[in-house]
Amino acid sequence: MIKKILKILEDDARITTKQIATMTSLPSNEVARIIKQAEKDRTILKYKTMINWDKVGNEEVWALIEVKVSPQRNVGFDAIAERVYRFPQARTVYLLSGTYDLLVVVIGKTMHEVADFVSQKLAPIEGVQGTVTHFMLKRYKEDGEILEGKEEIKRQPVIL
Amino acid sequence: MSTNPLEQLKTYRNLTSQRVSQISPSGIRRFFDLITSMDGVISLGVGEPDFVTPWHIREAAIYSLEKGYTMYTPNLGMPELRHELSRYLNDNYNLDYDPGGELLITVGVSEALDLAIRAILNPGDEVIMPDPCYVSYSPCVLLAGGAPIMVPTNQENNFEISATDIEGRVTDRTKAILIGYPANPTGAVMTRDKLAQIAEVARRNQILVISDEIYARLVYGVEHTCFATMPEMKETTILLGGFSKTYAMTGWRIGYAAATGEIIAAMTKIHQYTMLCASITGQVAAIEALKSGDSSISEMVEEYNKRRMVMVKGLNDIGLSCFEPKGAFYAFPSIKSTGMTSEKFAERLLIEEKVAVVPGSAFGQGGEGYVRCCYATSLADIEEALARMKRFVTKHQVA
Repeated sequence: MIKKILKILEDDARITTKQIATMTSLPSNEVARIIKQAEKDRTILKYKTMINWDKVGNEEVWALIEVKVSPQRNVGFDAIAERVYRFPQARTVYLLSGTYDLLVVVIGKTMHEVADFVSQKLAPIEGVQGTVTHFMLKRYKEDGEILEGKEEIKRQPVIL
Repeated sequence: MSTNPLEQLKTYRNLTSQRVSQISPSGIRRFFDLITSMDGVISLGVGEPDFVTPWHIREAAIYSLEKGYTMYTPNLGMPELRHELSRYLNDNYNLDYDPGGELLITVGVSEALDLAIRAILNPGDEVIMPDPCYVSYSPCVLLAGGAPIMVPTNQENNFEISATDIEGRVTDRTKAILIGYPANPTGAVMTRDKLAQIAEVARRNQILVISDEIYARLVYGVEHTCFATMPEMKETTILLGGFSKTYAMTGWRIGYAAATGEIIAAMTKIHQYTMLCASITGQVAAIEALKSGDSSISEMVEEYNKRRMVMVKGLNDIGLSCFEPKGAFYAFPSIKSTGMTSEKFAERLLIEEKVAVVPGSAFGQGGEGYVRCCYATSLADIEEALARMKRFVTKHQVA
């Protein structure tokens, strides 16, 4: 049942406990208890809103940075990953298989700011062999949502 | 004396046939004319998924057009589609239908229903069906020269049709029982036991069963029973199904019939002379739908289920008593507490609160006192509609 509740919340964080109770046929206080618990044990990390900042002319610079690292004895990639994700500038940090190891998403106000972060903070970390920075040109789709040009499909009048 | 040639002709003969004249136009039409002229209407009226066809299905159809698949198909439908359909019916119901002569691809289930009825009926033959039921059942029988025999169903019995009630209406003219579960407009689902009782009546009285299972995959917390899986019923059942509701493909118009070779051959005769074949693009899309498995269906069902719970609870909370529909995407609440007829209720609700529902009377006399609310619309709209209905019901509650 917790998965069902989490799925509902993942789709719409603003949904009320009462609404979830209706959808799942659980008493409201039980739903509230499950959610509280999930918040407490960090199953639910946070509630956020997806925003298309372009709409309000808020220009941000997004960069995806490939980081090649040499893993260290005993701690593997984790220690270096931690050195990276401690920086608040690193919004997302993944360990990947393939030609590089860490993928870091950095969002800055200007290209300069992102470049500074990479050259002065990220690249010098011990164990980092090299970085490749990709500046993002356009976001078409984010987390399942198409940002622009999504057409509203209207039902046709039909008698049935 | 009129000189208008049409008026002159009409003084000698009726312009349209008696058969067509005896059928009244759909009672819902007036509403829809009204709805299209109004702004800000929330429609719980249309029985159609609010999802668009999954992209991989649309993509397959687009690709087929690029490759030039624009021709007729065999009358029965594309061999690959019949093959996939045969496999699908086997996987889901353990039924064996020969793609070479026991399956027919039609232009929606609507055509399949018409074909089935025309293929088996002689003038005056009777077809027993539940009341209320889908709007086309009775007109299709009338257009085929038959007589629809209605079996009332009610909220107390969860709108399930009873075998005893059916048997009480069997005469020597009875040719078939026509059922459609999960049901439009009620959302009712029949249990396997109750279907078995109907099968027993059909067997005992040597009558065919037409089972319209277009909503087969839209069931909530229960399992759908395919009527053709009833013991010894496969040969005497005409199973009808389609892609519209399961894959959100209403506009593609692809349905099918599965039955014994003799019946399919008879249906195919009518189909080939009237329709020739279903659209090739739609058939290509249907092949992709069947090949792609069920993951998109379960997601859709889960989404409908959330809305169903909100709709049913909401209706009961505002005093419109509503039994729990276990299938399709309709709730069928009683509006008797308002003292209005279902048509009056629907009309005033639309004018006063801009919420469109369908009067139950459109689905037969048995639907009087109820309205059909389709919950295949966004949660936000459902909640807003419920809030407006609450205001409406409070205003009109009879003491």
